[in-house]
Amino acid sequence: MVDYWPYVVIIVAGWLATDMWRWLGVIAGNRLREGSEALNWVRAVATALVMAVTAKLVVFPSGMLEASPLWLRLAAAGLGFAAFLLSGQRVIVGVVVPLAILGAGLLWL
Amino acid sequence: MSSAPSDVSQMRWFFTGMRGLFSLPAIILMISFVGFSAFALQSGVTRAEAMFMTAAVWALPAKMILIGTMTSGANLLAIFLAVSLSSIRMMPMVASLVPEMRTERTPTWLLLFLSHFIAITAWVFAMGSFKTVPREARVAYFAGFGITLVTVNTILVGISYGLVASFPPVVAGLLFFLTPVYFIASIWATGRQSVVKVAFVVGVVAGPLLATLVPGFDILIAGLGGGTLAYLFDRYAIRGGKAQAPAEPMKDEPVEDLV
Repeated sequence: MVDYWPYVVIIVAGWLATDMWRWLGVIAGNRLREGSEALNWVRAVATALVMAVTAKLVVFPSGMLEASPLWLRLAAAGLGFAAFLLSGQRVIVGVVVPLAILGAGLLWL
Repeated sequence: MSSAPSDVSQMRWFFTGMRGLFSLPAIILMISFVGFSAFALQSGVTRAEAMFMTAAVWALPAKMILIGTMTSGANLLAIFLAVSLSSIRMMPMVASLVPEMRTERTPTWLLLFLSHFIAITAWVFAMGSFKTVPREARVAYFAGFGITLVTVNTILVGISYGLVASFPPVVAGLLFFLTPVYFIASIWATGRQSVVKVAFVVGVVAGPLLATLVPGFDILIAGLGGGTLAYLFDRYAIRGGKAQAPAEPMKDEPVEDLV
């Protein structure tokens, strides 16, 4: 017999727990007018949230990177961002440069 | 008002959205999903469960938390709470996208359905590419992109499951780092309003700082508190309390970066 319990967990604690916030987002977003101050605020909250999650991935990584020095990760992300700005904001530069710095650091340190 | 767009042109925009699969954000996400399938295997999640999770939950951080709590033997309510907390950020993300996507004729059920396909990558992609898509076509365009991305990644998880049991440490480290550096560059590049860039800086500083001060609530406080702070600073210090800055193109960034 197929063990169905993991699927119940995925539906209730995975799908429902995530999609309910998406639905609330649609309901809230339906009331926001483009160009309104309320939308500007929602944008600020969304961006700050996502960037907080992102910065935490760099500062407190899980898995293999946990053992790498913090300064190396900060240098890779910081210098990568500087290169990205200097390149006229080319996203590919902002991805390749930090990975190259981190990779070199992991291999040779 | 404009007449209803023809079905043919809606179809064309759906296919244009599908081609977003070959954009940088989609490719980076697919690489991350190969990493996810290795993580699922190591955690003792079956191939079918990993695929089902990808289609049903979609957001990668929520799935990592789901697996982490599921395999630690937590009860259903505890798992539900942990995943819910990590997914609260979906709400402002979806809410900020909906006004850019809908027209007066867009039915709410369609937006509710399409919201399932929104996660960070799709949000970044949509925020960056919507300005090149006429408003009447944005729902079709996003549907093409979102549905294709979820479907392809679900299949990808099924195929790559077991192919790579574990990556060499350096590769695993680089795979992990790919996601944050991609978000850093793309969110900055696609931020059209000054408020986005202020909130960007506030979030980057507040995330790690609050994680050490108030672990558990850091993301929530960084988002609500930091976002509000960023909004007020932008409105009164940068825009100087003037009437709204133009919401549409403040600057014309090359969109090719994302495509």
